[in-house]
Amino acid sequence: MPGDARHVVDAVWRMESARVISGLARMVRDVPLAEDLAQEALVAALETWPRSGVPDNPGAWLMATARNRAIDLMRRNARLQDKTEVMARDLGIAMAAGMAPPWEEGIGDDLLALVFTCCHPALSREARVALTLRMVGGLKTEEIARAFLVESRTVGQRISRAKKTLSELHAPFAVPEGDELDERLPGVLEVIYLIFNEGYAATQGEQWMRPALVEDSLRLGRVLAELTPREAEVHGLVALMELQASRMRARRGRDGRPVLLMDQDRSRWDLLLIGRGLRALDRAEGLGGALGPYAIQAAIAACHARARTPEATDWVRIAALYDRLSEVSPSPVVELNRAVALGMAYGPEAGLALVEAIEATGALEGYHLLPSARGEMLERLGRAEEARAAFAAAAALTENEHERAVLLARAGATSPGSRARP
Amino acid sequence: MRFMVIVKATPDSEAGVMPSTEDLAAMGDYNEELAKAGVMLGGEGLHPSSAGARVRFDAEGRATVVDGPFAETKELIAGYWILQASSKDEVLEWVKKIPAGTGQPSEVEVRQVYDVEDFGDAFTPELAEQDARIREQAESQHGS
Repeated sequence: MPGDARHVVDAVWRMESARVISGLARMVRDVPLAEDLAQEALVAALETWPRSGVPDNPGAWLMATARNRAIDLMRRNARLQDKTEVMARDLGIAMAAGMAPPWEEGIGDDLLALVFTCCHPALSREARVALTLRMVGGLKTEEIARAFLVESRTVGQRISRAKKTLSELHAPFAVPEGDELDERLPGVLEVIYLIFNEGYAATQGEQWMRPALVEDSLRLGRVLAELTPREAEVHGLVALMELQASRMRARRGRDGRPVLLMDQDRSRWDLLLIGRGLRALDRAEGLGGALGPYAIQAAIAACHARARTPEATDWVRIAALYDRLSEVSPSPVVELNRAVALGMAYGPEAGLALVEAIEATGALEGYHLLPSARGEMLERLGRAEEARAAFAAAAALTENEHERAVLLARAGATSPGSRARP
Repeated sequence: MRFMVIVKATPDSEAGVMPSTEDLAAMGDYNEELAKAGVMLGGEGLHPSSAGARVRFDAEGRATVVDGPFAETKELIAGYWILQASSKDEVLEWVKKIPAGTGQPSEVEVRQVYDVEDFGDAFTPELAEQDARIREQAESQHGS
């Protein structure tokens, strides 16, 4: 058992640290200080548990230890006020009596306040990601460093700088309300989706998917969804992540290469995650109101998830959803996807018209998927010569060897009867 | 990683005795805690084996159906959870919180589900070159 105690400490930390930190933050009104106190409790656990055994309720032990440190600190504090003295005394009595301390009732709000503090707009994106994974996700600095393939020291410095910024800000430990909530929630969702994408489409390293990071982000999203059940976009984000993650097993072929959506073996899609994604989307839609960009993307992903075969895909609905997405979250890449969807739903003329409109703006110049989409439309229209030229142009733009080979083959082989691919 | 927590049958579960209101409430609270922590992916309770059947295949693949109930209660299962956790240690800590002690000894079995990570042989270095492409596709729902 003593040998395992260290693993148990790690496991309990994963489960309980966010609650411990947020409970303490409510008490000391200072997230960085609360984190320090929680870390002290962690060190105490690492010292004590291997000798004395793991307590029956290890989460409560961590909480009580951190709380005791907080009370000690408040008693030592030179600027001790009557209010805090009373609070410390009451806490001591509550603990001695084994009663639940008063703040455990509001643990959901505390946790949510912690999430918003970690995603404070004064912090850089990297700092928000690191703080959220560490304080809300319960990851250790080394685990974050490993996940993002950076030095542990770098992450450590990033976190201490962020904590210093938070201390200097004296940001209130509270959940934003009204307009401020609307303003700051997208920033929180962005952090979670950044973590997801780093796992789902890694920007660095030898592995182009890192499932553990995908799981961490899913977990953060699900926690947030339970904390803010009335926020449709939170459910939208969870739906999008669950549905995308449901394809992880199918999106890598036996040779290790990525497999495009339309070519994936759909029997390898994860039905459990699809079910969760569809339910989360239902929750987003059930709340009424216009869907935000995450929920719309989730609705598009759901069209694919519901199609048993590629041919069964409801492209008319997907095209309509892209129309909405381009209204709420316009970007040239969204337009290109909309063109592909239009081409699938209403025929290649419709798609080609939009592709040409995007070309005219010059916004996606040098982006190989634009001439590639043009080639698709032309090929389906039977304009083989122009299609070949478009695929050749796309091949010249891609930096990926495998993809270049595929495009060159199509540039050489396109004929009016060849298979159309979205 | 994903785990299946298999709840073993008890004489009560095999007799179809429904849990008391208090036990159900405690289980409901536990499930809520799992959901709020983002670790619960799913789970169900099963009818007694008397409502089930076994299908045995001989060496040639011919099927024989044997109706329940089945005798060896502690080998039977009465339900399961599918949990996502960061390690086996973590899932064990969650399992220890199950509101057991409902008058009969009980047992659960924890097993890891095969996952993408377990097919790691195909994660090869040459995939690094795919990065740019995958990143682009992440922006596109048509991608992958």
